[in-house]
Amino acid sequence: MILAQTGYEIRTLLRNGEQLLLTLIIPVVLLTLFSATSLLDLGPGDRVDFLAPGVLALAVMSTAFTGQAIGTGFERRYGVLKRLGATPLPRGGLIAAKTLTVLAVEAIQAAVICAVALALGWHPHGDPFSAVLLLLLGTAAFSGFGLLMAGTLRAEATLAAANLVYILLLAVGGVVFPLDDFPGGIRSALELLPIAALADGLRDVLQHGAALPGGPLLILAVWAAAGLALAARFFKWE
Amino acid sequence: MSSVQIFDRALTRARGRRAAPGARRVRTAGPGADLSEGRPKLGFMAPPGDGAVEIDALVKRYGPTAAVDGLSFHAARGEVTAMLGPNGAGKTTTIEICEGFRRADSGTVRVLGRDPGDRELRARVGVMPQSGGVPGTARAGEFLRLVASFHASPLDPAALLARLGLTEQARTPFRRLSGGQQQRLSLAVAVVGRPELVFLDEPTTGLDPQARHATWELVGELRAAGVAVVLTTHHMDEAERLADQVVIVDHGRIVAEGSPAELTGAERQLRFRARPGLGVEELLSALPVGSTAKESPAGHYLIEGSVDPGLLATVTAWCASHGVMADDLRIERRTLEDVFLELTGRELRS
Repeated sequence: MILAQTGYEIRTLLRNGEQLLLTLIIPVVLLTLFSATSLLDLGPGDRVDFLAPGVLALAVMSTAFTGQAIGTGFERRYGVLKRLGATPLPRGGLIAAKTLTVLAVEAIQAAVICAVALALGWHPHGDPFSAVLLLLLGTAAFSGFGLLMAGTLRAEATLAAANLVYILLLAVGGVVFPLDDFPGGIRSALELLPIAALADGLRDVLQHGAALPGGPLLILAVWAAAGLALAARFFKWE
Repeated sequence: MSSVQIFDRALTRARGRRAAPGARRVRTAGPGADLSEGRPKLGFMAPPGDGAVEIDALVKRYGPTAAVDGLSFHAARGEVTAMLGPNGAGKTTTIEICEGFRRADSGTVRVLGRDPGDRELRARVGVMPQSGGVPGTARAGEFLRLVASFHASPLDPAALLARLGLTEQARTPFRRLSGGQQQRLSLAVAVVGRPELVFLDEPTTGLDPQARHATWELVGELRAAGVAVVLTTHHMDEAERLADQVVIVDHGRIVAEGSPAELTGAERQLRFRARPGLGVEELLSALPVGSTAKESPAGHYLIEGSVDPGLLATVTAWCASHGVMADDLRIERRTLEDVFLELTGRELRS
């Protein structure tokens, strides 16, 4: 049942042009554009080594947060969640299917982004296990807030807010623009954002070869716990 | 439109027999398969006599207003129960409580003998909401197959689509279907799991006559297979034609219930057309006390009261003596529309 729903959700997602733009095209374009040109001053080292982890973080946000919030928000608005609730598919099963869908899409994103980055001369270091752990925690954090938004706001408000958050966090979350460029106080605050924690954590591992970046993992764990708890508490099915 | 028989008439005979464990075989009747043989039966039905839906003194308030205000009725297996009433009468609220989407404020509701919130019912009850419920990007056939896959013994989605005239739309996204096609897909989704009970909220609103007939036929088949059907409508002809039992609801209360024949009763009315401006008062004086006669619109005459052979003779004799040709003279039963108007003082669709 869950697998059937997952397969259906993945097929629907991959057919959706706007979703593909958000989840694949924008990250790949950013990665290619800023790696291949010197538009940004990214400090010492290969530009792609800085960009690839940030773009991976962006990909997680686009799927787990933006895409999931908008998709689920409209499903709620059009009574799809309610209708599926009248079938033998349990609610927990529906959420599980959505999570599996997010993970499957992220796997596709990661494969494409890594392939493009490697082609651009990326040299990843570190323990893949640490990177995967960061990605999973980031997914949990973004999913929690995406579902919270989808389950509480009107669908149009979710659409606007989810896109706005995406753009804002893309700009100030250390994805392609280094946080080092911000003044100290602001920078410390920005580093607490889930996107910044994910991007920095991935950079610590993949660029600098750190084992387990404790700070970013802790920040992501707090966001994940808060988001999932709030979503579980306030999500409305119709 | 294919005439493939989807539900098994033999089920009416099988009613009441509980299936042996494991009788819910997972298979579907493929297109072209012999649909009358070896089909999985809805053998897991409860014994007859159990009401499919039992509602007693149901109350649901939204703020200070009671949307449902002490409503009671029972719907039986193998019968079509139609809730008839104007918008805002509480029909949808009642149905949504039965579907487990809302909680009653007071009163009791049992669905197939269980609490409406019981998850076990999800496999046994089909739900067709008033609108939507299908993602706009989902293809018709794809979504139907998805819901079918949630059930142990679903109908064949392709045969069901064919039956409802949607074969050509199988690959069309839901949002590109016409309103009537969306309604029919929604109906298909409600019945694909071989439910024992279906709730259909305004199943034919917005359908063209042909699609309406296809829907009526399917409802008739469900009924013949022993399925309990509870539907809401504000189409009189639909209730008169489909329903075994009609429940007329207004302001969250039942104002009348019974079979269409019981509700429209023995009351008859006589209508004819003639030239405008006949002396209705004079005609009335010739009729038994308690009769009414009126001209509305001009040239259309309506006589109500105890329409018996004597009254008919009086009217035709009066016409003859005045040289009036009574065209389209007919005696008809009251319609549900008349009943509703009489009970509530309002038009049903107002």
